[in-house]
Amino acid sequence: MSNRGGAAHPLVELTLARFREFLREPEAVFWVFAFPVIMTCALGIAFRSRGAEPVIVGVAEQAGADAVRGALAAAGGFTVRSIAPGEIERAIRDGRAPVVVVPGTPPAYRFDEARAESQVARLAVDRALQRAAGRQDAFVPEERPIDAIGSRYIDWLVPGLLGMNIMGTGLWGVGFSIVQARTKKLLKRLVATPMSRAAYLASHVLSRLLFLAMETLVIVGFAWAVFGVGVRGGVLALAVLALAGALTFGGLGLLVASRARTIEAVSGLMNLVMMPMWVLSGVFFASSNFPDVMQPFIQALPLTALNDALRGVMNEGQSLVALRGEMAILLAWGLGTFALALRLFRWQ
Amino acid sequence: MNRVPTDAPALACRGLVKRYPDIVAVAGLDLEVRRGECFGLLGPNGAGKTTTIEILEGLLDQDEGEVEVLGRGWRTDRDELRRRLGVQLQETQLADKLTVEETLRLFRSFFTDGPAVSALLDLVELGAKRASWVGKLSGGQKQRLAIACALAGRPELLFLDEPTTGLDPQSRRQLWDVLGRFRADGGTILLTTHYMDEAHALCDRVGIMDRGTLIALGTPRALVASIGAEHVVEFAVDGTPPPDQALRALPGVREARRRDGHVALATSELHATIPALLDRLRHDGTALSLLATHSATLEDVFVSLTGRHLRDE
Ligand SMILES: Nc1ncnc2c1ncn2[C@@H]1O[C@H](COP(=O)(O)OP(=O)(O)OP(=O)(O)O)[C@@H](O)[C@H]1O
Ligand SMILES: [Mg+2]
Repeated sequence: MSNRGGAAHPLVELTLARFREFLREPEAVFWVFAFPVIMTCALGIAFRSRGAEPVIVGVAEQAGADAVRGALAAAGGFTVRSIAPGEIERAIRDGRAPVVVVPGTPPAYRFDEARAESQVARLAVDRALQRAAGRQDAFVPEERPIDAIGSRYIDWLVPGLLGMNIMGTGLWGVGFSIVQARTKKLLKRLVATPMSRAAYLASHVLSRLLFLAMETLVIVGFAWAVFGVGVRGGVLALAVLALAGALTFGGLGLLVASRARTIEAVSGLMNLVMMPMWVLSGVFFASSNFPDVMQPFIQALPLTALNDALRGVMNEGQSLVALRGEMAILLAWGLGTFALALRLFRWQ
Repeated sequence: MNRVPTDAPALACRGLVKRYPDIVAVAGLDLEVRRGECFGLLGPNGAGKTTTIEILEGLLDQDEGEVEVLGRGWRTDRDELRRRLGVQLQETQLADKLTVEETLRLFRSFFTDGPAVSALLDLVELGAKRASWVGKLSGGQKQRLAIACALAGRPELLFLDEPTTGLDPQSRRQLWDVLGRFRADGGTILLTTHYMDEAHALCDRVGIMDRGTLIALGTPRALVASIGAEHVVEFAVDGTPPPDQALRALPGVREARRRDGHVALATSELHATIPALLDRLRHDGTALSLLATHSATLEDVFVSLTGRHLRDE
C-alpha cells in the first residue's frame, strides 16, 4: 500500500540494521555466544558430580598418630595427611586438611567452625574414632543418596548462567549501540527524519529477541549435549521466558543508555546496575543465603525473577501459569523501563 | 511531485538569537531563502553557520526569533516538515558496518514518498558500491551517501552543512553535479561552506556570516562588485614593500592589505595597476619575489569586510 521504494517497514529496517551491525562485530559475537558456553563448560567440569568423595583428615605427627591412622583406615572413606604439630592451624586455614586430629586420650579435633566442609569432616572423623573406641550406634539408618539428573549443581547452574547472559547481552547490546549512535551524531540525524522515536527504541529491544533465540539455543543446547541438563517444563515455556527476559533487560538497557553521552559513562552505569544482581539474584548460589530483611528487595529484582522462573521451567518442570508472579515482575520491569526511557531519552 | 507553486519563501527567519554560556552563537539573524534557489551561508569557523542551520532544521531551539519553513512552523507542523525536508549534518557518521544499500534502504523506509532505493543509488553514482560497507568508502563517497540519505524522501528543501569540506576537487565536482540534478527538479537548497568557489559555482545568492550575524547578502556577482574592484594583485618582495599609502595611490587600486609578508591590492584596472606597481618597485630598488593576479572572489569580499581571511589557517 504505502510506497517505501523497495524498503520494508521502518521497524523492520531498523531491527535488521541492528541485527546486521551486531553480527558484523566479531567481539560482540564472542561475548554473546562463546563466553557463556566456555563458562558453562568450565563450571560444569569444576562442579561435576563425582560420587562419594573421601574425607580428608590431617593427623598431627606425634605419639599415638599410628593408632588414629589405623582406626581411620579401618573405617574407610578417609584420606589421611600427616601434619607437623606446628603446622596445624596453617593446614586448616589453607585447606590442606579441613580437620586435624591431635592424638591423645581423649584426642583433640582442630577445625574451622565457620566452614561447612570442616564441620562435616569433623563429624565423619568423630564417628569413625568413636566406633573404633567401641561406641555402639543406637540404630542403623537406611541411606538413599540421590544423583538424579535435574538435581545436580550443574542443573541448577545452567538456568542461572542463561539468566545472567540474557541480562548482560541485553544491557550491553542495547546500551552500547545507542550511546555509539549518540556520539556519532547518528541519533541526531535520525531525529531529522520522520522516523518514529518509539520505533527506534523498539527496534533495539526487538533485535534483542532475534539474538536471544540464538543465545538460548546455544547455551541450552550445549548444556544438554555435554552435561545432559534437561528442560523439564518444555521448550515452549523456556522460549516464552527467554523472550520476557529479553524484553525486560532490553528495556533496562534503553533506560541506562537514555542519557549517557560516552561509552565510559554507560559502561559504568551498566556495571552499577548489573553488579548487585550478579551477587543477589542467585546466579552461582541461591539468593536465599541472604537475610530475610533483604528478601523482598531481592525478589523484586528482574534477574531474580528470571532465574527463579528459568529454574522452575528447566529443573522443576513448572508451567508458565505457576510462574505468573515472576512473569509479572519481568513484564513490569520491561514496560516500565521502556516507557521511562522514551521520556528521558536524549536524542542529541 | 507535490510542490505547490507559491511566492512564499521556502524559508524565512527573523531576529534569530542563540546563546551559549560563553558565546552568542547567533546574534539576531534575518534570512530568507526563495523557492527553487540555492542559498549559501558562508563564514569562517565559529561564525554560527551550523547553529543557524540546525535551528532552521528544527534540531535546536532558538532563544529568540521566528522561523518559518515552507510556510510552516516547527512547533505546530513538526511531523509534516520532517517529511518535506532533507537534511545532511556536519558531523554525522553513518553506521560503518552497514552497506551502502542497507543504509539507504533504512533511510528510505522512514518516508512514504520518494525515489526507489536503486534510483537513489544511481542519482549519487554509488550503484557500483551498493554492497560495500560504509566504513570502507572514501570521504567523497560517504558524503554522496549522506546526500542520498537526505534525498530519500524527495524533499522540497535540502539543508547541507559543509557538504564538501575535506574533499578533493574531483569529489567536490561530483557532489555539485548531484546537487545540480536536484535543483533541475525544482528543489531548494540551503548550504553552508567555507569554499568560495563552491558558493560561486552553486549558489544563486550567498549570505556572509561572521560572529553570529549576516555581514553581506546578495548574488556572488553583486557581492564581488560591491568591493569596487574586479581583480586582486598579490605580490611579495625581498625587503620592505612600499607603504600602504603609496600603494593605494597607484592607479585603479581600491585597497591594500598585508598578510604573511604578502601584499594584496584590490583593483578595478589591472592593466594600469601592474605597470605602475612595477615602476614603483624598480624605483625603490626592491626585487619582486612573487606576483600573481586573480579575479576578485567572495574571499576578497570577506577580507574587505572584516580584515580577516575566511580560512584562518
Ligand atoms: N553546544 C554548544 N555549547 C557551547 N557552545 C557552542 C555549542 N555549539 C556551538 N557553540 C559555539 O557557538 C559558536 C558557533 O558555532 P557553529 O558550530 O555554529 O559555527 P560554524 O559556523 O558552523 O563553524 P564551523 O565552520 O567550524 O563549522 C562557536 O563559537 C561554538 O564554539
Ligand atoms: Mg559548522
